[in-house]
Amino acid sequence: MSDPKRLVILGAGTGGTLAANRLRKQFPPWELAIDIVDADDDHVYQPGLLFVPFGLAKPDEIVRSRGAQLHDGIAFHLNPVARVDVDADCVELGDGTTLAYDVLLIATGALLQPDETDGLLGDAWMDSVFTFYDMDGATALHDALENFTEGRLVVNVVDMPIKCPVAPLEFAFLADWYFTERGVRDAITITYVTPLDGAFTKPVASNALGSLLKDKNIEVVTEFNTGEIDNESRALVGYDGTEVPFDLAVIVPLHGGAPYVAESGDLGDELGFIPTDNATMQSTVRPNIFVLGDAADVPTSKAGSVTHFEGEVLVDNIASFLDGKPLQASYDGHANCFIETGFSKALLIDFNYETEPLPGHYPSRFGLPLLKESRINHLGKLMFQSFYWHGLLPGRDIPGIGADMPDHGKETVDT
Amino acid sequence: MNIARLAGVDVQLNDEGFFVDPEQWTTEMVPQLAEEWGVPGPITDQHWEVLHFMRKEYFEKGTGPTVRKLGKSADVSVGVKELYQLFPDGPAKLAARCAGIPKPKGCI
Repeated sequence: MSDPKRLVILGAGTGGTLAANRLRKQFPPWELAIDIVDADDDHVYQPGLLFVPFGLAKPDEIVRSRGAQLHDGIAFHLNPVARVDVDADCVELGDGTTLAYDVLLIATGALLQPDETDGLLGDAWMDSVFTFYDMDGATALHDALENFTEGRLVVNVVDMPIKCPVAPLEFAFLADWYFTERGVRDAITITYVTPLDGAFTKPVASNALGSLLKDKNIEVVTEFNTGEIDNESRALVGYDGTEVPFDLAVIVPLHGGAPYVAESGDLGDELGFIPTDNATMQSTVRPNIFVLGDAADVPTSKAGSVTHFEGEVLVDNIASFLDGKPLQASYDGHANCFIETGFSKALLIDFNYETEPLPGHYPSRFGLPLLKESRINHLGKLMFQSFYWHGLLPGRDIPGIGADMPDHGKETVDT
Repeated sequence: MNIARLAGVDVQLNDEGFFVDPEQWTTEMVPQLAEEWGVPGPITDQHWEVLHFMRKEYFEKGTGPTVRKLGKSADVSVGVKELYQLFPDGPAKLAARCAGIPKPKGCI
């Protein structure tokens, strides 16, 4: 009997874990050895970070051990990745040990790069300038919000791409609800500052949701490219010189790929993401390197739902590749997102590479309402965490939900 | 949908003034596009680097690059601050107009 093929997975987050578990179920250990690498053992349920600043989730409720999410028969290496030698098919870890592979799966995600924006990590950082995109920031922001009773709250995305493009908007919506509940909303202005030309850029969503911001008295500044944070005068300064003053700034920093990518020859693009075939999830760098989730440079959002829907296709294609067969499974760019709008309501959007978010219902005519606020969508978002740990990560499909974006249930709209 | 006459050729532009069909673009159209959209002249080698990179990214990836990607790319010799001097007030959009590619994509 020949030696097992070797699959090495970099990153034990959403993508790495679900892929490891699915492939472990599909291939016995004597056919496929699976090794997975991560630098820490803290698997954060990232959608929960949005709720921590508002006291709607506690930090320890949204973190679990990475190792504990993996099925038996998967070797977990607690070590950072130093570099990948794509010609020698070998990964070098932080402690100098090496892992040779037949197939490499890159699932190391997108990392925050606050140091890439002048002044962001200056004196005001963690004092009046925060991010909720990591646990430390979200926790510190909780205290800052509790003490905030008047002034200008500014929410800013420095530039795309970011994980979960709707989360900054959700933050603004929840802030409106939070300050209203505390009776201080009238003493606070909330401004959403974006590099895009609108809070919503797709026409149908824009028409359906444009009034939400006005109704909640949230100002929008568009086409703003943050060049630096002025820590003394407390202002965002655009590259074109315009300024947005703040008393409390909530920033989504620039994102990039994991640091080892830049040390690995031509593995990644200018931002450290991996060029990937949109449909097959095979990298365009080497045929035996596949990519899953936020680390991939594909033209859809960086989101958990994307990772899950890509996952089904990826696992089929890795199996085909290991068998020497052509890759047949195809990802259609499907993504969906619950958008918290405050006051116990949320809306749901569902889209793919070809189709923008449309109204209707999901996954079919009898499902959740699309592009419309409802309490049931809010409940859906809250219940999702349970499915994440008990269904998605172990590698199960959501009952009734396939990987491809469904057409039925959607309404065509003339814009 | 509008038709514009650029360098003697009828070209289709959408309601926001972006090219509908990037294949209709030629380099001869650039001086006229630059003047129309307010790019301070003259058009230098660095402008051309940016325009060619915009088109390369569009044809390879399906959308034009962000300002940050432009600044970081090895194909473009200027950083983000200089990009704002070459193409003021939103280099990604302005360069997309002059490079004959659609507006860079957002999410929703």
